[in-house]
Amino acid sequence: MPASDAIMMENEGVGTRPRLPLRRSLRSLVGTSEAGLKASHFRRPWLAAGLLAPQLLILLFFFFIPTWKALSLAFVQVDPFGGTMIFVGFENFTTLFSSPEYRDSAILTLWFTVVQCIATLAIAGLLAFATDNVMRGRAIYKGVILLPYAIAPAISGVLWAFLFNPTVGPLAQMLHQLGFAWDPNRRPFDALLLVSVAAVWKHVCYDYIFLVAAFLAVPASVMEAAAIDGARPVRRFFTMTLPMAAPTIFFLIVMNFVYGLFETFGIIDTVTRGGPAGSTNTLVYKVYQDGFRQLDLGSSAAQSVILMVIAVLFTILQFRAVERKVNYQV
Amino acid sequence: MVERHTGLSIFCHVVLLIGAAIVCMPLYFAFVAGSLTVGEVQQVPFPLVPGGHFVENTVLAWNEGQFSRLYVNSVIVTVGIVVGKLTVSLIAGFAVTYFRFPFRMTAFWLIFISLMLPVEVRIIPTYEAVADAGGPLRSLFDAIGLTGFIADRTGYQLDAALQWNMINSYGGLILPLIASASATFLFRQFFLTVPDELCEAAKLDGAGPLKFFWDVLLPLSRANIAALSIILFLYGWNQYLWPLLFTTEKTMATAMIGLKDLIPVADAQPAWNIAMAASFFVMAPPALVILLMQRWFTKGLVDSSK
Repeated sequence: MPASDAIMMENEGVGTRPRLPLRRSLRSLVGTSEAGLKASHFRRPWLAAGLLAPQLLILLFFFFIPTWKALSLAFVQVDPFGGTMIFVGFENFTTLFSSPEYRDSAILTLWFTVVQCIATLAIAGLLAFATDNVMRGRAIYKGVILLPYAIAPAISGVLWAFLFNPTVGPLAQMLHQLGFAWDPNRRPFDALLLVSVAAVWKHVCYDYIFLVAAFLAVPASVMEAAAIDGARPVRRFFTMTLPMAAPTIFFLIVMNFVYGLFETFGIIDTVTRGGPAGSTNTLVYKVYQDGFRQLDLGSSAAQSVILMVIAVLFTILQFRAVERKVNYQV
Repeated sequence: MVERHTGLSIFCHVVLLIGAAIVCMPLYFAFVAGSLTVGEVQQVPFPLVPGGHFVENTVLAWNEGQFSRLYVNSVIVTVGIVVGKLTVSLIAGFAVTYFRFPFRMTAFWLIFISLMLPVEVRIIPTYEAVADAGGPLRSLFDAIGLTGFIADRTGYQLDAALQWNMINSYGGLILPLIASASATFLFRQFFLTVPDELCEAAKLDGAGPLKFFWDVLLPLSRANIAALSIILFLYGWNQYLWPLLFTTEKTMATAMIGLKDLIPVADAQPAWNIAMAASFFVMAPPALVILLMQRWFTKGLVDSSK
């Protein structure tokens, strides 16, 4: 048995965090399986049903039925005025994949998400490293840097839209003085940059919280040993702290992607509304645009289904990331 | 800290000061803009020190955006989300960990699957579900012939009774946001770490499941409940997409939507001073929560990902 497995098993024995029964056989779904059941438990099936009922009912009406509808709508075409529906098979998908608009949207979403992810992680990493190495004022720095967590993506959008507003924005005026023709209302790249800045500003605090916790969790004994061997702080950071925080970093990469893909709707809607010329029309914003503005329900549902597949992939990755956190415990 | 390096320490302070300055910069300029008159806010270069109209602009924004009403809406929706989600998920988590019953794993997996899809990817079908919450029941009763049966016998029109439109209602704003099992999952994970002896002892003393839940499990979960309430409060208050879709009437909108309506659009007078003054009172409640309960919230956030 590899050493890391032994560590994990030992960890399980202590009972710090019960692992998910991800690989259960199908039979356990129906039977009264013991997985995740307390050894000391009650046998009152009707009471249990009553306790579960609110959760299951809400999920049925607002999760399962909508999801099922999205799946079925993706394979039909609906005309926006009447209620007629025609089954068209995979046509909605093939139209999407062959449409240059959708491809552009996918590419710009990828660009935006990757840039946002790297920038957020790098800035948060630098700040967390600095926090780890100062003695005074730590609580104040933390308090200030955490502040954007309270601020809604939509408000972050409003604040940055003002700062970089081409006519009144103070930062836009500075850029104009420096000779840049800054105008996010007309120049696609400026708009994308502005949305990215607002997204990063809002999200750095999230990565920061996790990285500070991860850096703090590195055992002092390991650091002292490295220091005695002559490793200076920066070297210790790159050869000890960073590898030991790798599971957290992996988790944060996944979470940053989820944030960039799904949670930046408010920023885009307040800053650019997907414009100019579709240059900030990310995949999630496009679902909203096509469904609620153009009333093209079939295409919008097909886009939802594609996003669902992406979301499921990321959730699986996220659970993998959480599982991997155990490996580096000493 | 193993040893001290003066150079490194200075570098780190500089990095943190720059970081803090970048965090504060948009807020500072928003404050400056919020304290100017419409004329002043348009001058070039933009003034670096605040003017004296902040209170005036705040009052103007509050009245212009009907925030007395929107604020109440936001509070109701946020409290509804926090209390609703906590209640629903506490009892569901209790049921899947402490009860032995048929289809227990089925129930667990049904809940678990909902973790996979964020609300944003199913906006349109969920909108339909809220606009016509009775629809699925209607088609079910139609299919099994119950509608016709009741209409024949009693003349009662079941179809008409099952028209529930939740657009522009608090239910429509709250329920879809509760429909994700993240909190249930969290409580399940926590309940699994509670020592078995507690339940044994409670049973020996003759306590039923509900008494055990109320007197033992709930007090034990207090820290988790507190941390989760903070996260849910921020989540609820900062909702944007749902209120935008589900409220077509101005009186049912939330404060966040009210702020969005104040942003100057291309052709209108650029009243950024009003919008910026408003942004302060819209972000005040979550900002206060973060500042006052920072420790709870960071611990809760990091723990909830485990």
